[in-house]
Amino acid sequence: MKKRVVHYINNFFAGVGGEDMAHIPPEKREGVVGPGMALQPALGDEAEIVSTLVCGDNYMGEKTDEALDQLIAWIKEEKPDLVIAGPAFNAGRYGYACGSLVKKVQEELGIPAFTAMYDENPGVDTFRKDAYILKVADSAAGMRSAIPLMAKFAKKILNGEEILGPDEEGYFERGIRVNYFHEKRGSERAVEMLLQVMAGKDPVTEYPLPKIDRVDPVPPVKDMAHTKVALVTSGGIVPTDNPDHIESSSASKYGVYSIEGMEQMSKDLFTSIHGGYDRQYVLENPNLVVPLDAMRELEKEGVIGELADYYIATTGTGTSTDNAKRFGEDFVNKLKEDSVGAVILTST
Amino acid sequence: MRLELGKIFIKDVQFGQSTHVEKGTLYVAKEELEKLVLEDDRIIGAQIELARPGESVRITPVKDCIEPRVKVSGGEMFPGVVGKIDKVGSGRTHALEGACVVTVGKIVGFQEGLIDMSGPTACYTPFSETQNICVVIQPAEGLETHEYEEAGRLAGLKVAAKIGECARELEPDELVVYETLPFAKQVETYPNLPKVGYIHMLQSQGLLHDTFYYGTDAKQLLPTFMYPTEIMDGAIISGNCVAPCDKVTTYHHLHNPVIEDLYKRHGKDLNFIGVILTNENVYLADKVRSSDMVAKLVELFGLDGVLISEEGYGNPDADLMMNCQKVSQTGTKVVLITDEFPGADGKSYSLADGVPEAKHIVSCGNGNVIVHFPPMEKVIGMLDYVEMQIGGYDGSLKPDGSIDAELQIIIASTIANGFNHLAARGY
Repeated sequence: MKKRVVHYINNFFAGVGGEDMAHIPPEKREGVVGPGMALQPALGDEAEIVSTLVCGDNYMGEKTDEALDQLIAWIKEEKPDLVIAGPAFNAGRYGYACGSLVKKVQEELGIPAFTAMYDENPGVDTFRKDAYILKVADSAAGMRSAIPLMAKFAKKILNGEEILGPDEEGYFERGIRVNYFHEKRGSERAVEMLLQVMAGKDPVTEYPLPKIDRVDPVPPVKDMAHTKVALVTSGGIVPTDNPDHIESSSASKYGVYSIEGMEQMSKDLFTSIHGGYDRQYVLENPNLVVPLDAMRELEKEGVIGELADYYIATTGTGTSTDNAKRFGEDFVNKLKEDSVGAVILTST
Repeated sequence: MRLELGKIFIKDVQFGQSTHVEKGTLYVAKEELEKLVLEDDRIIGAQIELARPGESVRITPVKDCIEPRVKVSGGEMFPGVVGKIDKVGSGRTHALEGACVVTVGKIVGFQEGLIDMSGPTACYTPFSETQNICVVIQPAEGLETHEYEEAGRLAGLKVAAKIGECARELEPDELVVYETLPFAKQVETYPNLPKVGYIHMLQSQGLLHDTFYYGTDAKQLLPTFMYPTEIMDGAIISGNCVAPCDKVTTYHHLHNPVIEDLYKRHGKDLNFIGVILTNENVYLADKVRSSDMVAKLVELFGLDGVLISEEGYGNPDADLMMNCQKVSQTGTKVVLITDEFPGADGKSYSLADGVPEAKHIVSCGNGNVIVHFPPMEKVIGMLDYVEMQIGGYDGSLKPDGSIDAELQIIIASTIANGFNHLAARGY
């Protein structure tokens, strides 16, 4: 049976006017349209472009959710094996449309999808982590070389072949760190790299360091006596049965646990599942990491307004920065809803 | 200092009436070694078990790995710990290369690792290729954690030194000489070659994350300058339970790959001046002080370039970056060696900290990758703690004894001193 492919293009490549028609809503057409006419023969007999979806770039930019919902609904009906978007070359809004669509197709439908753009298309940086984006020229004049590249990549995906690195396949590096065995050991490579640096050269680093997010400390709380405070920890303190199965390292989740009516953290009710520190003292006294005892005193003394009747916990060791960011973005809503004005973060 | 390292190549290990080497086979006296371990009354059970490359054997939880060696002249083995305090790094040392003492037992701090002697994950640890003498210890009931760690650490070192003793009179299969001269003479010897140093960061976060330099806890060190041969000769031993993947075992201190590879180019492409030893303490003031001292020593010795390696990940990344930045600011060129922890999808930051000066980094692999460990016929130690060990998680251990866990559960799999060939690249 032939593999089914759905192709996405913008109004310009569908032959529906230029900028003047960029407002058109999504359309679905049977078979190939525009670049698909060249792509179909390059794909050969084993795959068929069953339909082509078209949308104006402005429409996509302005009513992204509506457009994507409609396109996703059509794609779902077609039950394709692969979705190809573009090539978008250096067209920024088209790149954004292609990137948004292939991302959503993969996330919502679990169907493989890729697109193709020029190096400087802003869509590359926006979506490179989310999908394969093949490297193509900056304008439609590069269509002739783009088609075989896209067809070859499509066939690999359709045949379930291993997708190799960005240089071998011609896609923009997605920033995913993948292991391999180098012919030389690390220390030998390091010595060679240092010799080059000392010789005034600039050898390629094996890990290009991204710009690390830094969070500026917020100004001090003005009126602690009327502020509700919550305790949040990366120290892995959880109820003894670890109800959320938080991992001892590389956590993928966090938990919210009640301390209502408690004067201190009892070792019978709480434990540490953290794999990154010597837990001996904390197992005896969980207040060392979640200082409920001290907070209750401050509450009684009127130093703080009140203590939230829960604390939030995860494991910090080995936990990826993306996960940590996601946890924070997620639980901050609860803290805000509960009128928490200050948080004490305890680490280990 | 001039060190003559005589290597006796060991290709097999067997039990014997006495501990000795015969035609490349190391025979170990089981009961004698067990008795030695039991001299410490904190340990109530000791079993010596053997594991050889290619066998269907899983060893866990692994605490330390140590190559059996003997100081023939010029000091004692593991000074300040097993031997009496004395300088090492010169004279003659005999090593049973290819043999390894592996300490195993109930978890101390649940950061102890795993070794498979065969199967798809054996390639990630160098200890699947050594003839292993496993010392399985059982701590006394209720033994305090830090006492247990120390007892386990000493047991391994004592057994390694005891076995090493049999190499004292042996004729080595290979003799390698390493030499670094006193500073001024060393500079004069190769005046036209760039002066290179190695900044060796020791794990010293404390609370079961400790390393010992001539018996001194590395937390208490101020950065110091040393001859490279001291490290190769037992001056530093591991006493820590960092994540297994980047634990620098005592074996790895003896076989420090940065030192070995700098010596290979010594006198040819570079002038290897020495090692700056520093630590990775948890207090910010300590980090600032130690990195200031490191940069000061780099400047004092006029080094043209340095390699920096770290032990552990997360918190020590801050030390790594402070060292990188401050040393770069003295005008000295820097290359960093590290491993990566970008999360399950490989998309997060690989390091917890970064500075613009960290432009040249060598990767020792991504420790977050999940790998499958098929069941093995024999387990040395126990699987009871797999799901709590770093890299394990709820559901890691399957009923048939197979395991799914992050690569970081394997001992020294992504060790951040470049010992292995494993690396990561962007996809």
